[in-house]
Amino acid sequence: MLFLDIVSGILLIAGVFFGLSGAMGLFRFPDFYTRVHAASVTDSVAAILILGGLLLQTSFDLNTAKLLFILAFLLITSPTASHALAKSARHGGLLTLAESKHSKAGQAE
Amino acid sequence: MTLLIDLVLLAMLALTALRIIFLKDLFAVVMLFGIYSFLSALIFVNLDAVDVAFTEAAVGAGISTVLMLGTLALTGRNERECERSSLLPLLVVCVTGAVLIYGTLDMPPFGHADNPVHEHVAPRYIQDSPQEVGLPNMVTSVLASYRGFDTLGETVVVFSALIGVLALLGVRREDNSLTPESGLKSHLVLHVVAKLIIPMIILFALYVQFHGDFGPGGGFQAGVIAAAAFILYALVFGLPSAFSVVSPKFLQVMASLGVLLYASVGLYSMAKGGQFLDYNKLAANPIDGQHYGIIIIELGVGITVFAVMLSIFYAFSSQVARLNIR
Amino acid sequence: MSFILDYYNYWVVVFLMMTGFYIVISANNLVKRIVGLNIFQTSVFMLYISMGKVNGGTAPILVEGVDVYSNPLPHVLILTAIVVGVATTAVGLSLIVRIKRAYGTVEEHEFETQGDVI
Repeated sequence: MLFLDIVSGILLIAGVFFGLSGAMGLFRFPDFYTRVHAASVTDSVAAILILGGLLLQTSFDLNTAKLLFILAFLLITSPTASHALAKSARHGGLLTLAESKHSKAGQAE
Repeated sequence: MTLLIDLVLLAMLALTALRIIFLKDLFAVVMLFGIYSFLSALIFVNLDAVDVAFTEAAVGAGISTVLMLGTLALTGRNERECERSSLLPLLVVCVTGAVLIYGTLDMPPFGHADNPVHEHVAPRYIQDSPQEVGLPNMVTSVLASYRGFDTLGETVVVFSALIGVLALLGVRREDNSLTPESGLKSHLVLHVVAKLIIPMIILFALYVQFHGDFGPGGGFQAGVIAAAAFILYALVFGLPSAFSVVSPKFLQVMASLGVLLYASVGLYSMAKGGQFLDYNKLAANPIDGQHYGIIIIELGVGITVFAVMLSIFYAFSSQVARLNIR
Repeated sequence: MSFILDYYNYWVVVFLMMTGFYIVISANNLVKRIVGLNIFQTSVFMLYISMGKVNGGTAPILVEGVDVYSNPLPHVLILTAIVVGVATTAVGLSLIVRIKRAYGTVEEHEFETQGDVI
């Protein structure tokens, strides 16, 4: 039991770390696409790690099954949300940082 | 630990609300309001109100955000500057707030078991409802049985809100030839994932509807979740195809049917010799009667809430579609 | 310290209430006012749920071996109030849509000078 507790603690702490770094990225990154990337890290990696840590804390009963369902649902939906977000930004004509620098340089010449 | 979570979440809630004041971009305001709703749902979980949290997460963060975004599409997303001074509102708010803070000092301290609120009817609900109604979830017992008449009133209010919205906006007969190409046509990933998820959401709504007697859930939550599934369908596949799945006319019939189902349980119990909504008379065994009554009225609530939420969404998004055609 | 903890929830509720109130009376845009009203409303929900909490209690769903439950009555009142709240919000938003159609604007200081156009 102790071993499982330690592993689950490590998973939870790692999840919190990725969640925090995702939040940092959301504030610090320079343009929309990099920020979406940071947010999707929180969605996917942090969620997997935290739910994995919680899974090890259950006594493998109904709660485990519920957590697994939540995990499966998150793994389907959150990448889709990030994808839809980035794609509609692209559709709306938003340029990445590199592209907008490039086009500015082109205008200057 | 619970207290610490409470402190942090409430502080985050206060910051979110404060930020909303200063934002001029209404799109960001609405998104922050979605975050605000999610945070308050978390606080409700922390304060043991699981049913309430469920409702707030589905309604506040889901439906009302979608409705507000629909309104923004029609009214424009920026608040214009105004030269009017904000000094007087600030003064009014500060004075009122100070008076209210002074008033809270007379409130009983937070969380104590011997507060006046917990002395009067709550012990009856907590101790006797498992025997009298026979359900583990006391919130459902109180909602559907002890305060059934009140809940009938709430359902009627939801229904009359639908009448108000339809009177103001109306649902336009959809003409497919006029509808512009949806920008979502190219979103193959969204289409596939939505097809995968929508049946799961509907299944979950049914689970919430019929498991509400034993765990958190019930008609209100289930109706909102089912409506969210169809709203997702309408958003991804376009309004015309949603209209062909569930037509607005059908929804109007459903909304009134739910209220009628609820009220007819009351009338039936009167016909059986009891009082209005007296479920004990519905079957030979009072506990069985309570079970039948609660399942039927929760179904009525679920149907009404589902139909009302989806109709309101239809009304708003057909306004947006009309704007796009122009 | 315990004095602060005893009243912290109520103070935050008052703060949220006043934030919502301020938005309602100072904002010019009607959509923002609806958001303010909703914040006000949620603060009232928070007040009720805070009053229903019992320290050391659990959610009011019968479980073996648990004696202390939080008060279920505020939960019932607020659960229905949330759904009624979104229904009334929808009515308010559809009024705004009609105002936009009639006056061409949803900023209060712009349409209050116009006459009755309907």
